[in-house]
Amino acid sequence: MSANEAALMPPAIAVEGLRKSYGDLKAVDGVNFEVIEGEFFGILGPNGAGKTTTMEMVEGLRKPDGGTIRIFGESPWPRNTSLLRRIGIQLQASAFFDKLTSIEQLRTFAALYGVGGDKAAEMLELVGLSEKADTREDKLSGGQKQRLSIACALVHDPDVVFLDEPTSGLDPQARRNLWDVLESIRERGKTIVYTTHYLEEAEELCDRVAIMESGKILALDTPASLVKGLEAPTRVLLKKGVISAELAREITGVESAGEEGDLLTITTRDPGPVLAHLAENVPLDTLQVRTTTLEDVFLNLTGRAYRE
Amino acid sequence: MSAFTSLSSAALKGFFRDKVALFFSFAFPLMFIVIFGLLFADQGAEQIEIGVTGDGPVIQALESTGAFDLTEFDTFQEGFAQVRDGELPAVVAVEGSTVTLRFAASDQTAAATVRGIVEGVVNDVNLRSAGVEPQFQVRAQQVEDSSLKPIQFIVPGMMSWGVALGAVFGSAFTLVSWRKKQVLRRIRSAPIGIFTVLGSRLVATMMIGIVQAIVFIGVGTLPLFGLQLAGRWWLAIPVLLLGIIAFFAVGLVIGAFCKTEEATSGVANAVIVPMAFLSGVFFPLDGAPGWMQTISDFMPLKHMNEGVSAFLVNNQGPEALVMPSVVLAGFTVLMLAIAAKVFNWESS
Ligand SMILES: Nc1ncnc2c1ncn2[C@@H]1O[C@H](COP(=O)(O)OP(=O)(O)OP(=O)(O)O)[C@@H](O)[C@H]1O
Ligand SMILES: [Mg+2]
Repeated sequence: MSANEAALMPPAIAVEGLRKSYGDLKAVDGVNFEVIEGEFFGILGPNGAGKTTTMEMVEGLRKPDGGTIRIFGESPWPRNTSLLRRIGIQLQASAFFDKLTSIEQLRTFAALYGVGGDKAAEMLELVGLSEKADTREDKLSGGQKQRLSIACALVHDPDVVFLDEPTSGLDPQARRNLWDVLESIRERGKTIVYTTHYLEEAEELCDRVAIMESGKILALDTPASLVKGLEAPTRVLLKKGVISAELAREITGVESAGEEGDLLTITTRDPGPVLAHLAENVPLDTLQVRTTTLEDVFLNLTGRAYRE
Repeated sequence: MSAFTSLSSAALKGFFRDKVALFFSFAFPLMFIVIFGLLFADQGAEQIEIGVTGDGPVIQALESTGAFDLTEFDTFQEGFAQVRDGELPAVVAVEGSTVTLRFAASDQTAAATVRGIVEGVVNDVNLRSAGVEPQFQVRAQQVEDSSLKPIQFIVPGMMSWGVALGAVFGSAFTLVSWRKKQVLRRIRSAPIGIFTVLGSRLVATMMIGIVQAIVFIGVGTLPLFGLQLAGRWWLAIPVLLLGIIAFFAVGLVIGAFCKTEEATSGVANAVIVPMAFLSGVFFPLDGAPGWMQTISDFMPLKHMNEGVSAFLVNNQGPEALVMPSVVLAGFTVLMLAIAAKVFNWESS
């Protein structure tokens, strides 16, 4: 579908002026966003930003203090069972039934939604847990639990899936594997709302990202536009001593050059010619290119470096 | 499979895979049945130990009553010393035609028994030696009275206790662990009612309770223990099920109050252990003081035990259903009302 068509369709999720306080703490402080059907929407932010609180209000698990939420035009609060059928939820902590195996968990969750467990095996396959079908919940590794809990969120074939930090606590390899799982869920036409701490992950997976901190959304756009909007220069890193800072500043297109530690950092808004020049004069294995990332966007928005 | 049966079977699988739950539901009560069953196996056939000196027809007649275990002494003084020291309840000395009886003042029941029998024997011997034909004759015959055997109250008692224990722990632990592990919130995010969730767990608990009852009764009827079921034993089933519902509701109240498994286990034990003693499931309360019996009347476990015993071993009529049913149903309603008031989906 084209961008125009998408704009005309009513959004799958519309959130306006959402607010929630715990005592004096404004955990969510006036949040607005819309999620289009079929979109992969990320909420990115450090610990305590208000991601879970936002998600759980949208899911209908917490009562908002103020604001409106519409999912397919309906309000999730008070508990709306017809809506619950259309959404799948993975909570930040895995919630499983005691002593049941993976496949039994899936069948039981399917039963909660009044659907047969015939999708259970397919979902295990989707998250790559087929060989753990008969393993009990307490004998799964952290990453396997995360994957099972995603499968449990999908077993009743929902239209929208909410995943709260599905990739946290995983090793880099397991996280990559999970990215593939998330991609294949998107390919099934599901709308996905997910939260993460990882900037590069949001950049890789999301159609649009909301950057959240202290209960507020600081920026919301596609990762590419966020990065482009920053108009930050590309940085080229060289080993110190390969070329002097003075010489580097002479190169056409170089904005600045400076030494820090054992690295020489060159910034440029026209990386093409600069890299071509460097390629002729220095050994390539001493050179690294750092383009702008969401990390720079976060630094720019908050004035401080992003810490996971 | 419907949501209800699916959740029930999930609960049953969880239970039968939990070794600790299995131990406390089956092995623990069984242990008591076996210990008490063996300990009290030949109670009722007990003889009274008394001391005797001398011989003759009176001593022989005393021996042939079968009521006494006789210890012979050379002198009366020796036997008397034993009675005074509390070693023997009584001593009988026969010297010529004088029969001397000395009994300990501490045990009035034993004293009365000994005195009655000795006097009877002496009269009998007197009549016979005088050649008089007695005008009245008592024709006594022993009846196998099943209710006298301790196993007849041990099994219903331990069964009521074991099943109640299983129901309380089953529902309380499920609730607390589900809340702690966020399963409750996850269930709430599915289009299913809390009554389906609790009802399915209750059905699982009832099935477990029935299996427990079958195992306990089965072991009790082994020849070693010799439990004998009364004709209308099946009327105990409704009492058993009502008891399970009542104690399931107790578990819900405990589970609604407690935040951790440790607290749950502590509170559940603090409720169920004193209740067990006050309900007379370990030993009958017939000899207990009046105030204790009054407290006992407010214990649902007592009424469950009485209802179960009435049909399992005492062969009472269906009217014995009324009292336990009313008490257990009323108690259930009370517990459910409290649980509904304090129940919380989340731990915060
Ligand atoms: N039930 C609660 N009671 C009181 N305060 C809460 C509660 N839940 C969250 N908070 C507070 O609200 C703020 C936002 O919490 P939230 O869980 O939404 O953050 P988050 O972005 O999901 O963080 P994380 O990345 O660590 O999961 C935090 O400061 C937290 O301490
Ligand atoms: Mg969170």
